[in-house]
Amino acid sequence: MAASKQNKLINWIDERFPLSSNIKTHLTEYYAPKNFNFWYFFGSLALLVLVIQIVTGIFLTMNYKPEASLAFASVEYIMRDVSWGRIIRYMHSTGASMFFVVVYLHMFRGLMYGSYRAPRELLWLFGVGIFLVLMGEAFFGYLLPWGQMSYWGAQVIINLFTSIPFIGPDISLWIRGDYTVSDATLNRFFAFHVIALPLVLLGLVVAHLIALHEVGSNNPDGVEIKKKKDAKTGIPLDGIPFHPYYTVKDLVGVVVFLIVFSVIVFFAPEMGGYFLEANNFIPADPLKTPPHIAPVWYFTPYYSILRAVPPILNSQFPGVAAMGLSVIGFAFLPWLDKSPVKSIRYRGNLYKSWLAAFVVSFLILGYLGTEPSNVWGQFDTSTLIVGGADRATVVARIFSVVYFAFFILMPWFTKKDKTKRVPDRVTG
Amino acid sequence: MANQEVDRSKRRFLVAATSVAGGVAAAAVAVPFISSMLPSERAKAAGAPVEVDISKIEPGSILTVEWRGKPVWILNRSQSMLETLKSHNDNLSDPSLAVTSQQPDYCKNETRSIKPNVMVMVGICTHLGCSPSPKLQSGADMGADWPGGFFCPCHGSKFDLAGRVFKGSPAPTNLIVPPHEYVGDNMLVIGKDAKGVA
Repeated sequence: MAASKQNKLINWIDERFPLSSNIKTHLTEYYAPKNFNFWYFFGSLALLVLVIQIVTGIFLTMNYKPEASLAFASVEYIMRDVSWGRIIRYMHSTGASMFFVVVYLHMFRGLMYGSYRAPRELLWLFGVGIFLVLMGEAFFGYLLPWGQMSYWGAQVIINLFTSIPFIGPDISLWIRGDYTVSDATLNRFFAFHVIALPLVLLGLVVAHLIALHEVGSNNPDGVEIKKKKDAKTGIPLDGIPFHPYYTVKDLVGVVVFLIVFSVIVFFAPEMGGYFLEANNFIPADPLKTPPHIAPVWYFTPYYSILRAVPPILNSQFPGVAAMGLSVIGFAFLPWLDKSPVKSIRYRGNLYKSWLAAFVVSFLILGYLGTEPSNVWGQFDTSTLIVGGADRATVVARIFSVVYFAFFILMPWFTKKDKTKRVPDRVTG
Repeated sequence: MANQEVDRSKRRFLVAATSVAGGVAAAAVAVPFISSMLPSERAKAAGAPVEVDISKIEPGSILTVEWRGKPVWILNRSQSMLETLKSHNDNLSDPSLAVTSQQPDYCKNETRSIKPNVMVMVGICTHLGCSPSPKLQSGADMGADWPGGFFCPCHGSKFDLAGRVFKGSPAPTNLIVPPHEYVGDNMLVIGKDAKGVA
């Protein structure tokens, strides 16, 4: 009886809105490869963090004041006087860092298994778009607490645009809306952070998922499961329905992730200065730069590249351009990779070494970006070529070259690489 | 209708004309939105000149005042500080002040100042806009060969006591000397000179 009533309701809806057919297309009859492993948790986790950021963000705006003279105090008010405000704020700040953790792991998964290769180029480009918007979100959001690091971080990033030849100074004036970072800047960054970019982000996430469900998920073997279908049913032989199989698997990932997330929120929300920097608990002072400024950890690899490139012809534009390219470079991967195979499982040592070198450069550049450029002291003035130079700068230059070589030389080393034979069906 | 034929060229023309008109309208509508992000009239008006009494600045010490939201340093250089300026021209990127946008013509001299001892400059690094820290004493934590000057904590740019950038710094040019003039022996106006308000 109850069941037929339920059926009636669903029929009523289905005649007016494609509910059942959408559930089938995207969940119960969306066939994903059966051999997903650990690395396939991070897509759904990114979605979870997005929800956390939106919900905590909405509640933060209820007490935050986007005004230069009130902003810092309103954040402290949230931290001290609003019921549970401290937890909501820490969830949002931890969420920002964890967003980048899961997105970087998600991107690394793509690199390992060739998930950007045909026919998934657009899927990958939407992903790169999401990554860029996410960086924008993080940057605009970081100004809002109006602490010293907020202020001087924004000052430095906006001034990057000044170095663009000819139109640069006007562009940065336009971004700031004032001659220095000021209330006008804070106000518009608030608008970008809470409404403009989140709308774009949601749109891109929908496009990312539509593209994914059109071409189907890649897998650790890089084998197209759609090529071997059951003759009768037309279902891929190596595919299993997303629901219930992967919803349940992802649920395990969610639980483990939430444990880690909670431990950070409750016990180490500042993460030793990596998630929330100490200088940002000092109100913004336009007349005094803190003795050491560094971006939050997820920007530091690119920031290291910016610092490593010396000015050329009295212009700092080359450094800025290199930093931009280091982020945009990911967008070109589908066309740079000429290998006959997708997955790292069937690639040779040449590709594996280059991927390893890339990851090492990314990590070392990331570390150096958190430290001042004289962290390792200077080379002795009698040293050949590099005499007197900051050791860290020289190291950053070397790894910046490796970073870019990974992209630039990819057409060469992926072609030259000795690949193994790819099986017809996925392996266990 | 007697004639059922579609006139394709007319249709193409109408589509093109509608697209162009629509495109022009969209561009025109974008203008107010983009312009609204430029500095407002209030922000533009806030950049008025600042008057400073410099009689209290001891030789060898520095005063920071705010002009247009930026720090402006007024450094009263002692005799020994002025001596050091001549010693390190070889280590500077632009000792001859070839980049003329960085100082008004009346400060295009050896000391980059009107009065030799009083250095006025915008305390914003020409690299990416941080405010360098004064390291006025020679030597100390900056190494034995440091002649005294300014060190930018963000990316390690180094400037001497006339705001001239040392070679090897990420900053491409010397620090900016803002327009300024004296209206009394010890009364300095920043943001205004013989040419008028900057």
